[in-house]
Amino acid sequence: MKETPLSACERDFILKAIEEKKRLDGRQTYDYRKIKISFGTDYGCCFVDLGQTRVMAQVSCELIAPKESRPNEGIMFFNIELSPLASPAFEQGRQSELSVKLNRQLERCLRNSKCIDTESLCVVSGEKVWQIRVDVHMLNNDGNLMDASSIAAIAALCHFRRPDVAVQGEEVTVYSPEERDPIPLSIYHMPISVSFSFFQQGTYLLVDPCEREERVMDGLLMINFILFGKCTATNNKNIFLYTLPENFFVQTVRNY
Amino acid sequence: MAGLELLSDQGYRLDGRKATELRKVQARMGVFAQADGSAYLEQGNTKALAVVYGPHEIRGARSRALHDRAIINCQYSMATFSTAERKRRPHGDRKSTEMSLHLKQTFEAAVLTQLYPRSQIDIYVKILQSDGGNYSVCVNAATLAVIDAGIPMRDYVCACTVGFVDETSLADLCYAEESGGVSSLALSLLPRGGQIALVQMDARLHQDHLDTLIEAAMTACKGVSKVLDQVVRQHLQEGSTLRE
Repeated sequence: MKETPLSACERDFILKAIEEKKRLDGRQTYDYRKIKISFGTDYGCCFVDLGQTRVMAQVSCELIAPKESRPNEGIMFFNIELSPLASPAFEQGRQSELSVKLNRQLERCLRNSKCIDTESLCVVSGEKVWQIRVDVHMLNNDGNLMDASSIAAIAALCHFRRPDVAVQGEEVTVYSPEERDPIPLSIYHMPISVSFSFFQQGTYLLVDPCEREERVMDGLLMINFILFGKCTATNNKNIFLYTLPENFFVQTVRNY
Repeated sequence: MAGLELLSDQGYRLDGRKATELRKVQARMGVFAQADGSAYLEQGNTKALAVVYGPHEIRGARSRALHDRAIINCQYSMATFSTAERKRRPHGDRKSTEMSLHLKQTFEAAVLTQLYPRSQIDIYVKILQSDGGNYSVCVNAATLAVIDAGIPMRDYVCACTVGFVDETSLADLCYAEESGGVSSLALSLLPRGGQIALVQMDARLHQDHLDTLIEAAMTACKGVSKVLDQVVRQHLQEGSTLRE
């Protein structure tokens, strides 16, 4: 179903309000919406509420053969599902532009930043490694799906426990949770994505745009941060004037 | 690749370049007579071919038409023989789709789409040989192709991939440097106004280094824009002398 187009007066109203430093829900420029993280009964199940945006992540694992180029490393697989449950604009099954964008950004956030020790996921080098699969489902779209997904994914990974294995020569025994306690994954740090939206060709900046703000924005910048001020990946859409002062990045980066 | 020095003590990289040196850029415009615009660009060992069709009527779904601008349709693909190992899936996988989206974003920002409402511009880019900096070479080749097609743009779109190693920024990474675990940043710029169309970064980088890296990328892009400008002027000169 096609999205209902935003009316011209609604768009003008939002832009004018931003010029006067007012947001629809009364937040300040750098304010995030209320974040609530809750966990399900299974290991690796996490729900994140970012204002009205609701996202669920589930982590599961499986023993498979590793990639030929990396025989002693485990595999991380990410999948973001955009279903009509979240918004009537999303179509079931079709891989839309937004879905590819979110998937690649989440991969970049969690895989390229090497936040999980993949070598510890190896069971028998060249034959059996753990494949950790993270499935993120959007439950409600009220803007800023990327930030909510990254928080849900990393929280679910921290919550997850994998079964214990024992290797004796050629034999691999996987113990059930009743026999031996499952083991947590070894996570080095937690990358979180922060989204900045730009309006009026870069003159105004807002953090954590809600759905209405996302529709009228000019550009979007997503930066993934880990503690100690390191940023892992950035991605931006559309044009904005880089007349922002030199320490702009440092300023915004320090706030998070 | 442990043991391979990405930057030696004397300041030389793996292929003998200095830290801020770009690879040799060679380009030709108008390689195909049938397409509206085409260009072939080589940056070191990375070779890309870009073809532009348009602006023309929207093919396929009429509902995609925008009442006030043209839509830009980009497709990025890699030839199966472009990498060291034969590429099994040249297009349709996630990375190619993402690259196509990035190219579309970049050109939507640069092309004056308001002049062609309800029409479509197609940009097809193919990598013939991949040696690092795929996105940047595609953007540079596509810029030349769009200029060859006569489609008005705000400015040249120049792109460059830069990396950060040992407190130094390396401009224009090759494949060995990219896979060597260097934090790389790809930036596409409209040089005259200093406007950034797209910035994308992989791997970890400390926030203090981000500014220097972006500055290095912008300088490298401005260098690329000078080369592209020369190529365009030379092509026009050849075209005008032949007509006489």
